[in-house]
Amino acid sequence: MSLTNDYIKQRLVEKFGEALTSFEESFDVLTFTAPAALNLKVMQFLYDEEELQFRFLTDLTAVHYPHLPDAELAVVYHLYNFREKVRLRMKVFVPVAAPQVFTATKLFESANWMERETYDFFGVDFVGHPNLKRILNVDEMTYFPMRKEFPLEDQSRIDKDDEMFGR
Amino acid sequence: MEQQHIKLPQGAIEKQTNTLNLGPTHPATHGVFQNILEMDGERVVNTESTVGYIHRAFEKIAERRPYYQVTPLTDRLNYCSAPINNMGWHLTVEKLLGIQTPKRVDYLRVIIMELARITDHLICNGVVGVDTGAFTGFLYLMQYRELVYEIYEEVCGSRLTTNIGRIGGFERNFTPVAFQKIEKFLAEYPKALKEFEALMTRNRIFVERTTGVGPISAERAMSYGFTGPNLRAAGLDYDVRVAHPYSSYEDFDFNIPVGSTGDCYDRFLVRNAEMWESLSIIRQAMDKLKDLPEDVYHAEVPAYYLPEKQDVYTKMEALIYHFKIIMGESDILPGELYNAVEGANGELGFYLISDGGRSPYRLHFRRPCFIYYQAYPELVKGAMLSDAIICLSSLNLIAGELDA
Repeated sequence: MSLTNDYIKQRLVEKFGEALTSFEESFDVLTFTAPAALNLKVMQFLYDEEELQFRFLTDLTAVHYPHLPDAELAVVYHLYNFREKVRLRMKVFVPVAAPQVFTATKLFESANWMERETYDFFGVDFVGHPNLKRILNVDEMTYFPMRKEFPLEDQSRIDKDDEMFGR
Repeated sequence: MEQQHIKLPQGAIEKQTNTLNLGPTHPATHGVFQNILEMDGERVVNTESTVGYIHRAFEKIAERRPYYQVTPLTDRLNYCSAPINNMGWHLTVEKLLGIQTPKRVDYLRVIIMELARITDHLICNGVVGVDTGAFTGFLYLMQYRELVYEIYEEVCGSRLTTNIGRIGGFERNFTPVAFQKIEKFLAEYPKALKEFEALMTRNRIFVERTTGVGPISAERAMSYGFTGPNLRAAGLDYDVRVAHPYSSYEDFDFNIPVGSTGDCYDRFLVRNAEMWESLSIIRQAMDKLKDLPEDVYHAEVPAYYLPEKQDVYTKMEALIYHFKIIMGESDILPGELYNAVEGANGELGFYLISDGGRSPYRLHFRRPCFIYYQAYPELVKGAMLSDAIICLSSLNLIAGELDA
């Protein structure tokens, strides 16, 4: 393992300077935050650099933090380097009122459905996506169900009477 | 989908393509998903996949459940190898909590996970056989899946959706009968697998039906996010068990079979070879178990692992812990992690964010077949309809995992 988290961080800071923030290591995975305007540039840099070679998009999803003003939605990318077996996590925070993020489909084919899923559940608008429509939910749906404003049914509610399941 | 006209040289009779609905409940799709194929005669011109028919919002449900109640949700992802999903979830929570499991627990888990991998692969390869017209192989192997399900039954009480193990170990120790059943499987299965290989691997009809069908290069497979046997068939030796060992996989000696062309035949061969490797891993684990104390089957973490029922009635601490665990009041550390296990059809990842509450703040399942299924239109472009069917089954798509 020659590719260390410190080295990745150093290279990223050299290239992008102050733009990348919140570097931290959680469970050995380097995590950082990129501005929405730079997400593709950072991924392209990580993809192309001879020593970095993060050429596999393991996972792409989003998280909703309603308590963060103007940064309610976090799009989370998990990148992977096959040669050095290193994972990397990049987050992009966008406001829920204007959730525009550039699509990664040009770089990774696998981003296509993962972005559709993220759009489907969180309403993140991936700019430039070739086919951004709902994938798991019905097309007629008008809301984004994984956002925190949609709580699951409260199990202690009493207005619903169900003989069979004893509610 | 819009009907498209194929550009033909001038003077030729203009041809129109046909639209063909494959699924969602067609017996040849082996799962509930629809493909709208645009056909030129018997050749596939374009494919549009529709998924989501059995979407059950597991990620949302998990945000309300205490950690131990998420395990049954994972059963229903890849239900052909549910124990691997269960173990993956336990390992993720244990990593978050910093629980070190004893070696014996690790080895028992390895045995269960490899049994699950064998059942998953035998179903997949059997079904590829069925789709090429050989029902016999599938029926031969199906008998042996029953033996494995009897092992699950002996260990945890259920067969398909197993909910096997707990956070910290197993809910009860393996009985001597369970070990006898594992030994029986280890003794009988190699014979059947050999017979299956003799029936299929060099069978001319099978070889000609599968070689060159649905091929993919290593670069494209990487770009499409392939993992597991499908990626290895394309020639990339990535296996989570080796790259990021979990549950003491580093103690075992096994090979990673790889293919070269990534076509259906290579995928078939890789899965077959992996079954042999799994059998060897189980044998190694059985040998290693002989040197370990026989009564250890969980880690000593009373705050997360349910105490013996007898102790709950007689001891104060046990009662408190029992209550706290059942009510989901155990302390969970805040944290964020991604943990992956090698599922039977690829890298099964759990992205977990805990805010210290009783249930996960956010849980995302990285479902391997959801990610690689999007390569299907590229795999079958220009193929015959019957090849498209074989390609679908050899990708090992499990509807439960596709839709989560």
